[in-house]
Amino acid sequence: MKLKSVLMATALSGVALGAQAQEVTVMSWGGAYTKSQVEAYHKPFTAETGIKINSVDADNPATPIKAQVEAGNVSIDVADVEFSDAVRLCDEGLIEPIDLSMLPAAPDGTPATEDFIEGALQDCAVGSIVWSTIYAYNSSNVDGTPTTIGDFFDTEKFPGKRGVRKSAKATLEMALMADGVPAGEVYDVLDTPEGVDRAFAVLDRIKDDIVWWEAGAQPPQLLADGEVVMATAYNGRIFNAAVAENQPLEVVWDGQILDFDLFVVPKGAPNKDNAMKFIAFSTDTQRLADQASWISYGPARKSSGELVGLFMDGKTQMGPHMPTAAANLENALVNNFEFWVDKDAELNERFNAWLAN
Amino acid sequence: MAASQTSDAFVEFDRVQKSYDGETLVVKDLNLTMPRGEFLTMLGPSGSGKTTCLMMLAGFETATHGDIRLGGKSINNIPPHKRGIGMVFQNYALFPHMTIEENLSFPLEVRSIGKSDREAKVKRALEMVEMGSFGKRRPAQLSGGQQQRVALARALVFEPELVLMDEPLGALDKQLREKMQFEITHLAHSLGITVVYVTHDQTEALTMSDRVAVFDDGVIQQLDTPDKLYEEPMNSFVAQFIGENNTLEGVVKEIKNGVALVQLDEGEVIDCNPVNVSKAGERTRVSIRPERVEFNKARLQEGAHTLKAEVLEFIYMGDIFRTRLRVAGNDEFVVKTRNAPDQKRLQPGEHIEIGWLPEDCRALDA
Amino acid sequence: MSDATANQLLTTADGKPLKSALARAERRARHRAFLLVLPLLAFILITFVTPIAQMLHQSVYNEGFTMHTEIGSGERTPIMVNIKEWFDQNPAGTEPDEAAFAALAEDMKTLRELRAAGSAGTRINYERSGTRSMFTKAARNANKLEPPFKEAFIDLDEDWTDPALWRVMRDASSAYTMNFYLAAIDLTKSPDGDITSVAQNRQVYVTLFQRTLFLSVLITFLTFALGYPVAHLLATLPLRYSNLLMILVLLPFWTSLLVRTTSWMVLLQSQGVINDALVGVGLLGDENRLQMMYNQIGTVVAMTHILLPFMVLPLYSVMRPINPSYVRAARSLGATSWTAFWRIYFPQTIPGIGAGALLVFILSVGYYITPALVGGASGQLISNLIAFHMQNSLNWSLAAALAALLLGGVLILYWLYDRLVGIDNLKLG
Repeated sequence: MKLKSVLMATALSGVALGAQAQEVTVMSWGGAYTKSQVEAYHKPFTAETGIKINSVDADNPATPIKAQVEAGNVSIDVADVEFSDAVRLCDEGLIEPIDLSMLPAAPDGTPATEDFIEGALQDCAVGSIVWSTIYAYNSSNVDGTPTTIGDFFDTEKFPGKRGVRKSAKATLEMALMADGVPAGEVYDVLDTPEGVDRAFAVLDRIKDDIVWWEAGAQPPQLLADGEVVMATAYNGRIFNAAVAENQPLEVVWDGQILDFDLFVVPKGAPNKDNAMKFIAFSTDTQRLADQASWISYGPARKSSGELVGLFMDGKTQMGPHMPTAAANLENALVNNFEFWVDKDAELNERFNAWLAN
Repeated sequence: MAASQTSDAFVEFDRVQKSYDGETLVVKDLNLTMPRGEFLTMLGPSGSGKTTCLMMLAGFETATHGDIRLGGKSINNIPPHKRGIGMVFQNYALFPHMTIEENLSFPLEVRSIGKSDREAKVKRALEMVEMGSFGKRRPAQLSGGQQQRVALARALVFEPELVLMDEPLGALDKQLREKMQFEITHLAHSLGITVVYVTHDQTEALTMSDRVAVFDDGVIQQLDTPDKLYEEPMNSFVAQFIGENNTLEGVVKEIKNGVALVQLDEGEVIDCNPVNVSKAGERTRVSIRPERVEFNKARLQEGAHTLKAEVLEFIYMGDIFRTRLRVAGNDEFVVKTRNAPDQKRLQPGEHIEIGWLPEDCRALDA
Repeated sequence: MSDATANQLLTTADGKPLKSALARAERRARHRAFLLVLPLLAFILITFVTPIAQMLHQSVYNEGFTMHTEIGSGERTPIMVNIKEWFDQNPAGTEPDEAAFAALAEDMKTLRELRAAGSAGTRINYERSGTRSMFTKAARNANKLEPPFKEAFIDLDEDWTDPALWRVMRDASSAYTMNFYLAAIDLTKSPDGDITSVAQNRQVYVTLFQRTLFLSVLITFLTFALGYPVAHLLATLPLRYSNLLMILVLLPFWTSLLVRTTSWMVLLQSQGVINDALVGVGLLGDENRLQMMYNQIGTVVAMTHILLPFMVLPLYSVMRPINPSYVRAARSLGATSWTAFWRIYFPQTIPGIGAGALLVFILSVGYYITPALVGGASGQLISNLIAFHMQNSLNWSLAAALAALLLGGVLILYWLYDRLVGIDNLKLG
């Protein structure tokens, strides 16, 4: 009891005592992505505050939150979740509201609420990165150069297996864009039964050639093993495999789907105050820019953009590998979280039925 | 049925050898001929090769060398199910998932015998072993003796000419065993079947068989009728193995007029029947049956050698008295006498003189 | 004798009734015996019976639209009480009138205060897709809603007059519902309450139940076909050899399931060992590599391997004590080796076959990790969908209904087995 009040006092006053007992459990997506967070956030945070960070991974960190909160046995303090999950968890009261005023201002004094990209700040979540779902190919296994999203769904032009995430989200949008629907109209089309049929009709074309993946680390592996010649993937994973591991993987930005990742704090997190401190620390201008030199995801703060420099190898310019680079945004879709919160159940049901038959 | 052909060899082992590992022989050079209708017992300690012989005859083991013939034809290459030999197993091997009737019906079914015929034969076979009312039961619901009868009926129901029995009475208690011994012999003789019976129980062998083959170390030591085997054992193994036996060891001094003079290791000299010795100077083991020892001097021949003996123990056994003596340094010398009104009851510590007829004292191999 | 005992109670030497004396004498022993099993009983109740009961309850009970539980404090507040009252007063099929919308508006205010619009909307969204945002939007604007309420709601979203939505809300206003079971067998309720099939392109569960059944039967048969000779070999070899071989059979038990599954991936994938070998020896062209993974073949092969010991062990334990003289007896009675096997040996191994088949079947019906990793789309089983609803869609009631159906199916199978073979014939080891 005594210890707890000491901890509370410490946290409230914001004075780090370097007490051994202090820790924060952060759940993320694993692989190169978690590594980038460990390097850019966790290590400096521990160095500065003395608070130890337990890093744990999940295929989708939003998944354990509901189970833990409802069971009243929360072990996660901070989780890195996708936009639609953040909104849904917040609506269902499963995550803590976040006091946005605690976030530090940009170096030039711009308040945080204005410095973050629109949508990156939510009642219960603080955005950290902009990532995108793209497709990539193994240049040593593909004859020719795929350039459009349509090429992904064209197995006559580019024969071979395709790796696709086993989820309706992103898959259906890509299918529609491949069928010629402009990015701006994708969600309007997908909102109609005919649009859904149309998306599945496109998927039908490559159904027999699809290898489904579930964890973000799988597609670079599938591409490198030659199990598939093209795969949808998170752009940062492909960047890491290509640049850090020298795999012959190329990203096709046409038809990319942009999304945020946000930090949330589950209701009843055991180290809530330290969790908030961690979020404030990690989402300041410099940290967000630092993360971009570990993985090719764009910072969610405008002020971080200018600070993004070279990759850790010291020679690769990160700019062109960012989903937010101008050249990459020519035909890009921003994920519509509200659409997915509403339609998730229905479209996944349809998707599962389509998979099973 | 085939009693008239007794001179013909029905079962023949011709120079049969068997080895399991290629290094040692379990059966060494076995030669045996059996006429039809004979009840022959293979008797011997465990590991003597008797069961292996039975299994070779049944077809579950192959002979490493030599020929096994049945009715004049070599059966070496005939699989067990085509040999037409009935067999009774030690543990009866009644099929536990079938009723008694189904068990009996099985050999008839695999011979494609019609249903009505089958039922009649099963009924007859069950009645033959007095198990007529048990047809619907399962083996587990029967006692050991009843299972034994069923196993017998099953081995006979398809009317084989040759039936093999592998220690079939081993699991029964003494009384039941004696009853079954009688029944099996009776059945075998009334049906005229040829039986090869394996046991390690010499009483069983003596009471049931026409002839007994005594096995030891993969070799038939003696093949004879029970009385000959008991009274005229040809070597000391048979003498020891069949019935109770007293042995004394010594050296042959001379052989004259069909009587061997043997000097025992303690110095005494006795008269013996030279069975397995041929010349003076050979070591010998002398064998005397306990009931042939005489200590009433009046009943001994004129001039017969006698030995001094001390009574160590007297056991009253009802029909007989069993007296243990010390004779020529042997503490286990046993004498059996009939419980007759005039029979003397010896007391421990008494010193007596004993003797016997020279033909009852057999000088065998050492 | 029997009359005497009936009419006059037996007593002990000092005149007390014999029965109570006996009961007293044995009570102590009984209590001690009970204390010994108490920990196990408690363990089973807590870890087995309770979760299953909870699961069954959850499959027919979902209070997302009736009750709000504050996370943390655990405070429970009834929600949607006004609209529930309206539903109670008006029979099903009544066109929602102004009173209904007024009640709804009142309830929206509560939702707004409690921040419960999301969970209430989610409950409706399970059965009527696209409605969740209508609730969150209406709750956000609850304070601005003004009469006439019907028009106010239509302004927010014209779907508020959709009869199907009102049918779902009426059903959901009672926490107890069979709708999740309907959904679990691809059925739904039409706006007027009739039970109909869901649209063809959304039917999935019945297909998956059938596929699970089919693949489980296939896997059971394959483990039997592969395991029977192995078990026979083990049972007939001398003990020192069979013990060594038994270790090989048990070896898979000692390695992690994931490791075993991943090794199958290494073997089966199109750039994997088997394909490479076939291409290497020229049996297969490089462009015709066999697809043995991410489909049903992968699921069947990997699961057959993983479940094989569960078939071999019961078979072995039944075969070991079978005396070889049964087969010899049959042979001596004139049976060919096949007849001796089929009529004599095989029937005696049926208890082992039954136990092994039941074990393998029940395990494969609920298998999840292996099909998820190597099954691709066509090798998925019903448990993968249960996991999907547990982890991704978070529709726990539907997951519970699916699991309950699976449990029911297994129990029926068990009952059938008991009727046909007899459960006392089951030999597990």
